Amino acid sequence: MPAWLLGLVPAVFLCVFFAWPVANILARGASTQGLSLLRRQQLWRIVEFTLVQAVASTALTLVVAMPGAYVLNRYALPGRRVLLALVTVPFVLPTVVVGLAFRAILPASWIGTIWVILIAHVFFNYAVVVRVVGGLWGQIDPRYALAARTLGASPWSAFRTVTWPLLRPAVLAATALVFLFTFTSFGVVLVLGGPDTVTLEVEIYLRTAELLDLPGAAVLAVLQLLMLGLVLTVTARLQARSAVAQRIRAPSARTLTAVATLGQRALAAGVLVTIIVLLAAPLAALVLRSVRVGDSWGLTFWRALGSVDASTTRFVAPLDSVRVSLQYAVATAAFSVVIGGLAACAVAYSGRAGRVLDAGAMLPLGTSAVTVGFGLLITFDRAPVDLRGSWIMVPLAHTLVAVPLVLRTTLPVLRSIDPRLRQVAASLGAAPVRAWATVDLPLLRRVLAVGAGFAFAVSLGEFGATVFLARTDTPTLPVQIVRLLSRPGQVPYGAAMALATLLMVVTAAAVLAAEALQGRSRVGG
Amino acid sequence: MRAVSELPEPTGGDRAGVDRRALAVTGVAVAFSGRTILDRVDVAVGPDEVLALLGPSGSGKSTLLQVIAGLLRPDAGQVSWDGRDLAAVAAHRRRFGLVFQDALLFPHLDVAGNVGYGLKVAGQDRQRVARRVSELLDLVELGGYGGRAVATLSGGEAQRVALARALAPAPRLLLLDEPFGALDRDLRDRLAVDVRALLHQLGTPAVHVTHDLAEADLVGDRVVRLSDLSRPV
Amino acid sequence: MRRALFGATPTPASPPPAATRRLRSGVAGAVAAVLLLAACSAANTAQPAGSADPSLTAAPPASFAPTTIVLLAHDSFAVSKDVLAAFEARTGITVKIVTGGDAGQVVNKAVLTAGAPEGDVLFGVDNTLLSRAVSAGIFAPYEPAALSQVRPDLVALVSGSIGYAVVPVDYGDVCVNIDDRWFAAKHLAPPATLEDLTKPAYKGLLVAENPATSSTGLAFLLATVARYGESGWQGYWARLKANDVKVDDGWTQAYEGDFSDGGKNGPRPLVVSYASSPPAEIVYATDPKPTHPNSSVMLDGCFRQVEFVGVLAGTAHEQAARAFVDFMLSQPFQRDEPLSMFVDPSVVGTPLPEVFTQWAATPTASLSLPPALITANRDRWIDDWTQVIGN
Repeated sequence: MPAWLLGLVPAVFLCVFFAWPVANILARGASTQGLSLLRRQQLWRIVEFTLVQAVASTALTLVVAMPGAYVLNRYALPGRRVLLALVTVPFVLPTVVVGLAFRAILPASWIGTIWVILIAHVFFNYAVVVRVVGGLWGQIDPRYALAARTLGASPWSAFRTVTWPLLRPAVLAATALVFLFTFTSFGVVLVLGGPDTVTLEVEIYLRTAELLDLPGAAVLAVLQLLMLGLVLTVTARLQARSAVAQRIRAPSARTLTAVATLGQRALAAGVLVTIIVLLAAPLAALVLRSVRVGDSWGLTFWRALGSVDASTTRFVAPLDSVRVSLQYAVATAAFSVVIGGLAACAVAYSGRAGRVLDAGAMLPLGTSAVTVGFGLLITFDRAPVDLRGSWIMVPLAHTLVAVPLVLRTTLPVLRSIDPRLRQVAASLGAAPVRAWATVDLPLLRRVLAVGAGFAFAVSLGEFGATVFLARTDTPTLPVQIVRLLSRPGQVPYGAAMALATLLMVVTAAAVLAAEALQGRSRVGG
Repeated sequence: MRAVSELPEPTGGDRAGVDRRALAVTGVAVAFSGRTILDRVDVAVGPDEVLALLGPSGSGKSTLLQVIAGLLRPDAGQVSWDGRDLAAVAAHRRRFGLVFQDALLFPHLDVAGNVGYGLKVAGQDRQRVARRVSELLDLVELGGYGGRAVATLSGGEAQRVALARALAPAPRLLLLDEPFGALDRDLRDRLAVDVRALLHQLGTPAVHVTHDLAEADLVGDRVVRLSDLSRPV
Repeated sequence: MRRALFGATPTPASPPPAATRRLRSGVAGAVAAVLLLAACSAANTAQPAGSADPSLTAAPPASFAPTTIVLLAHDSFAVSKDVLAAFEARTGITVKIVTGGDAGQVVNKAVLTAGAPEGDVLFGVDNTLLSRAVSAGIFAPYEPAALSQVRPDLVALVSGSIGYAVVPVDYGDVCVNIDDRWFAAKHLAPPATLEDLTKPAYKGLLVAENPATSSTGLAFLLATVARYGESGWQGYWARLKANDVKVDDGWTQAYEGDFSDGGKNGPRPLVVSYASSPPAEIVYATDPKPTHPNSSVMLDGCFRQVEFVGVLAGTAHEQAARAFVDFMLSQPFQRDEPLSMFVDPSVVGTPLPEVFTQWAATPTASLSLPPALITANRDRWIDDWTQVIGN
């Protein structure tokens, strides 16, 4: 099957639901008056700050999360799957909630500085590195490093000269993603920052959603797209070049190393401590807040979920919010897996043309949610395609954000499949499709399960586009949490913490299910 | 056909009367999640000896080799070289080469890169490495293959490159883990003979693990069964 | 983020039972009373006493075939379910409420979709957004009869050049809230005026919001512009900055995160919030409900926020939409407002719930600025503010 045919569906999807709406909204702002923005010094300070915090956040996240990627995907730790699920939970939490959790834990003088923003970014993006890098790392044959050691390489040297080249594509993928997320960071900056910490994304949001300065917003959006497009093209190129076809372990058995030596124990302990301090502590603070009533403990706030505003039109039964969130998430996961999977195959099996699709699929992550949201609004507003009232708008917007994740997780694994394996299958009499199904599909199925879990989680936690596009009177969990928080008083605050806890539990359950889909792992040595 | 020996006694070295054992494994035991893989194994290898270790799949042969190589810490027992306990010596300092069952050539390096890997890691200069690489490739009759990508090699070629790679840093001991398992009969026999000759030529002692008796006979100076190596209760 | 001071009212306000009975009697007397009230209240901004005339603010008789209209509102909109249900039953109109972000977002979305609106009625335009919305022509003007019952100072905002494109539904004040417990514990008298906030005694005690990202913050900024004028407001903020004011990007962070009486019991006892925050605190406290709130309001320096509703131009259900606008000015809705949205009703004489009359502060003279002036200068003021505070 020609690779370009596979890429047709994703390409059409992106053009119709991303390129066209964005072009529409930018066209509304097309005028030279927006260009005067470029002359303002304040703008360039914003650009500089955005770049600095993005680079610093990415570097910090990589450093902190790589050991985690290793330990959680290679060691036979008890409760490993639970830890993987726990680690993904921060990714979905609404930033307002996280902001409050951080404020509960960190000293007040830190709030409003760049440092707390960096820490928050690591908190959110830890999962990206652990799953994207870890996904490939868990597949790399551990005996390569052993072979290197018998040839005289110290463990560090073995890592540097043998493991790292094989791992590099996934690391590049994770770097691109984390940079993308932190560059376009919006909620974190608003919730934990102050007037000094303004990113380009915040500025675009203000101009579009609040000031309706479309010319200015258009200029900034184009500027942002150009900057990100550059970074994405470079990393996509590096990733393609560093891809190495290697012997991937049989999909049915993943061998984990038992934690035996002192060094291994120390590393595992270090990772556990990091997870506890960085990730679990703020989450635990949320959970505790939901059961701390005054000076004692109790379930008042949980019960209040069923009664806050119960008599007004604003009331939402928490289970209804859960239902709506799950509906959107399932739809998103389904769409993302199909579109992302097709895109990954198209990119992996083709050459230069694939890179265009690669970069194109990533662009939605680099475009402001409000730009996309408004674009969708003004594009699909007339019959026969008046989608504005349709429930499908929200999953569509979520899919735009989830497909890049699926793509980045799947591509390194696909690219590292030894083509000879397919030839072996062919030589045994399998037609090309059958050969593909025998060799690539099992592997694809596993990594797409990871991608689906991610897409599900992303959809559960999405706030910005959902607020814009949702047309029902039943908000999703994050929207409802934010609504509760916008009222003074102990009860709405406690109820918001309770709902946030519920969101965490649902997310963890979804990710655990995705993990289970990947099949069993066994411990070997 | 050599008789299968009942007792794990080495046949001594060239110094008459001196009982030199290069490698001595005593009482090594390994268990994984309750299952015993190795049960107090004793084995010794003489200084120029090629020891063929026989055993069916899953009997712990690979595990034993990993213990000897220092890649796995045994639950009990000792590995010593020239009388000195190697417990404190890390794998990368033992200078024991290991040839894996499926070659396991580094996919990101070409043939020359693979063969020269151990030398580069040791810090040798490029010219030296290049010389040694071509020397070894000639030795395994793959002269001129240096620039080839490892993915283009046939099974037999890959195994020979793996052998060359393991021999390049001049190891004190070579461990071979069913290196010919994936090859056909004829190739296997041919390579077995070649490997034995090569090892004797280099004077390198070796432990060659296999499940095939014929191969064991061709390769080994001495053939022992793994099951016989465990200490009686 | 738009304020959302919503109420879970355990005992919702119910419409007056005598409404329909009084419909037939005393129309002339009612008209006279209204004229008198209008004359009295024109002179001052304080809320005059007197009861609203139900004859002019009762819901219209059912005269619609079953219709569904869509109400676009910001996230803070709420009305008691039974109040809305009564309207729906009476008129045969089903109301679908679609919320989509804060007031600014809702208005901007409507501006972008002008001509092909997403709904029939739009609620949530406030005085800072009024000019922009109206000049974009998104509303179909409607001058309901009940407008005569609305406070004249609010009606004045929509007459004239606005041409009754919208009508005022409620109002509130953005004021500095004071944590009384904290000040009592320190034996310190809380500040009483805007200028007090710059005094050394109150150094490091105030948390405000960023006007660029928060409507509450914007309101406070506008208050300082109104008080100190173009030439003086930047100096005021420089003094505030010297007095270690903290600025958060949103109301939630400021109130729940940094205010000492907020959710997290933060470090600062002075926060820019709403005049209705103290009663809201009581309504939303855990049981047993406190008898009085821990915080109070600084009556000086409050900024008046007014919210409007309007029929969207291009709607297919104009009559039904107008009926809904009438409903929002009717007593059932107006009485419901305080505990549903924590705002004050725009119709004169609407009775307030007890928690409001006891604890909601009434600023004697709220600051305000003409909507057109706000629209024209808002960006520049925010930019200048950022320059003063930023470095």
